[in-house]
This record gives sequence, structure tokens and C-alpha cells, in this order.
Amino acid sequence: MAEAQAGHRLFKMEIITPERVVLEEEVEGVVLSSPEGFFGILRGHAPFIGGLSIGVLKYRKDGKLHWIATDNGVFEMSENRLRILADAAERGEDINVLRAKEAYDRAKQRLGQRYEDLDHLRAELALKRSLARLKAASGGV
Amino acid sequence: MAEQVRDIKRRIRSIKSTQQITKAMEMVAAAKLRRAQEKAIAARPYAREIQDMIQRLLPAIDTIHPLLTPRKEHRVCYVALTSDRGLCGGFNGQVSRYTQLLLAQHQENAVIIVGRKGRDYFRRRGYRLLAEFVAVGDEPTVAQTREIAQALLDLYNKNLIDEINLVYMEFVSAGKQRPAVAKLLPLEVQPASEESEHDLLLDYFFEPEPEAVLDMLLPRFIVGKIYSALLESKASEQAARMIAMGAASENALEMIDQLTLSFNKARQAAITKELSEIVGGADALRG
Repeated sequence: MAEAQAGHRLFKMEIITPERVVLEEEVEGVVLSSPEGFFGILRGHAPFIGGLSIGVLKYRKDGKLHWIATDNGVFEMSENRLRILADAAERGEDINVLRAKEAYDRAKQRLGQRYEDLDHLRAELALKRSLARLKAASGGV
Repeated sequence: MAEQVRDIKRRIRSIKSTQQITKAMEMVAAAKLRRAQEKAIAARPYAREIQDMIQRLLPAIDTIHPLLTPRKEHRVCYVALTSDRGLCGGFNGQVSRYTQLLLAQHQENAVIIVGRKGRDYFRRRGYRLLAEFVAVGDEPTVAQTREIAQALLDLYNKNLIDEINLVYMEFVSAGKQRPAVAKLLPLEVQPASEESEHDLLLDYFFEPEPEAVLDMLLPRFIVGKIYSALLESKASEQAARMIAMGAASENALEMIDQLTLSFNKARQAAITKELSEIVGGADALRG
């Protein structure tokens, strides 16, 4: 009975990058980062197409939370199928924390110096990305 | 005589070492071919999903997007995908010659080259390259693809070119590749399939507005298309190299057989000659 109820709440989530399908799962709920802020999705959500931004995507499956670092992209929810097309995506457990921390420190240091605008923008993006990866690796904190 | 024998021996040794190299290259190409094929297959869902999403989005768009609109002026640009390294049979020659034919169709046609071999081919013939990208390597990355896509979009948006086509070797099978042309810009979104036709009936919400979403999707669609073509071109290159190196190994084997035959003949002749000299000498002494 409880199982049937859980099945009732599930919907399909696919995370796809230009290289490959990163994840394909039946999930209970998703919260992702969009340019407008956090965006929560449950089964039965109205058809929706929106933007995905650099940040952490959180989803629940079998009552457990999982984290994924995402790059920019787009997502679409229709008929209980959530398709996330991200420029890059990495599962929290696959992230090399040491490397993410290094990238974070590097970006932070670069932001401290005053360079041309373009470099500044790139460092800012690098900082956002590394921060998202660190968060995803450590469970969203 | 003995000198001739030594010469043949040396040649056999040299061909054998060449054969070892071609055999190794054949095997390496086979492994890289498999890898390129796997990557090409893994990349398919992204390109397909982006295309489907654009189709579902278009009904909600009122304005005409510049990337989707054919222009009156028609300066056509061909982007030829070639390899950085040779020893891959007719691979580079075929793409380059095919591109040359396309360029000859109109005086204003322009050319962009990916890969050292193609660049050298067109430079030697005095073509002016609008842009060139070399050292893509055996495994093209999405980052490299984005760089190419950005350069193409810039040229297109500045009205320096009005149409962009990719020219690359289509992978038919490990034994067969042929030149193919795929239009990149202006984008031609294929008519909706039955499945997406159904989706069109859904009333979508958009955030941001549909036009902004389209602006996010189109460049990614182009990246996906170029990436797929690059991977397919890589698979074709490795397949061509594998076949070419296999043929080279065969030829080496044939040469070794022939030379071994000549070697034995020469050795036999030398022995016979020596023997007859000894016999002749002995006869003279006895005489």
C-alpha cells in the first residue's frame, strides 16, 4: 500500500549533457536552480519550459536526497517527464572535492585581483561553478 | 654476390619494422574508432532533445528569429572537418576535394577549416580561410566545439556570411565513409514528429518568456550539431586509418615474401658459385 502510494508520486527525470545522459531516474521531487531562483517540481506539474542556471539540483528518491552540480541550460517538464539539458552536470558523489576546492580558491584569488572585464566575468563564473560543485559534493550545505 | 644477399637482408629487416608500425597503428585506430563511435552514440540524446524542445517552443514564438530566417544575400560558407594527422587513406583528400567543388559553385563562397590537413590543402591552393581550427585532437571536447560554434555565430551575426554548411566524412561503416554536407545556419527545424505534434497541444508555461528560451536553445542546438559532426568525422578518420594501415601491413607482408624469395635465390646462387669455384680450383690443381 505504502509502495503504491510512493509510486503514485513518482515522475521521470533525465539529466542530459552534450556528451551523455548523466542520469535517468524515477524521482519523488526535484528542486533546481533557475535564473529566477529555486524551482520545485513534483509529479503533475503543469507543462513548463524554463532556464537552468549554475547551481545545485536536489532530488529525492526512495526518501533519500541526492545532489547534482549543474551548469547553465534549459529544462522542460511535460506529462510527468522532466528533461534537464545542462551544459554540464556532475553527481555529488562523483565530484572530486579537492579539485573543486582548488578551483574555488583559484577563482576567489583571481577575483581579488583587478583584471580586464572579461577575465573578471570568467572568474565569477568559475567561482559559481566551483561553489556549486562543492555544495553538491557536501550535500547541499 | 654476398653483398647483394646482405642488401636484401637489410631491406627485409627495414620492411619488417615498418610493418610492425603499421600493424600497431591499425590496432590503435581500431580502438580509437570504437571510442569515437561510443561517444557519438552517447551524444545523440542531447541533440535530439534540443531539437524536439525547439519544435515545441516555436508555436509560442511570434517574432522571427534571425537564426531561423533565410537571407536574401547568399554568401555561403563551408566548414570542412579534416584531421590533424595523416596516414588515413583518402580521408582528408576526399573532404578537401569535395569542399573545393562546393566552393567553386559560387565566387562569393567562403571556407573555414577544422584540422591541419585541410588547412594545408587549401593554403597550398591559395584559398583565403575565413577561420581555422587546428589541434582538435582524437577526442573533440564540448569546450572546443563551443569555441568553433561561437566563431561561426559571430561571423553569421555580423552578416559576413549568410549560410553555413558543415562538410565532413559521414560514417557509413568501418569500411565505408563518404563526404556529406549538413546545413547549420540558418537553422532548418524539421517538421514536428507525431509524438511532438501531440506535445504541441499542451499549453506550456515559459520562464523566462519564449523568445528568451529560444535564445538559450539555439546556440546549444548548434553546439550539439557541430559536436555530433566532429565525432562522426573522428570515427570516419579512425576507420579510414584502420583500413589504410591494414592494407599497408598486407603490402609489407607481400614484399617480405618476395624479398625472401629473392634472398634465397641470391644465397643459392652465391653457394653454387662458390662451389663451382672450389671445384674449378681443385680441377686446375689436379690438371
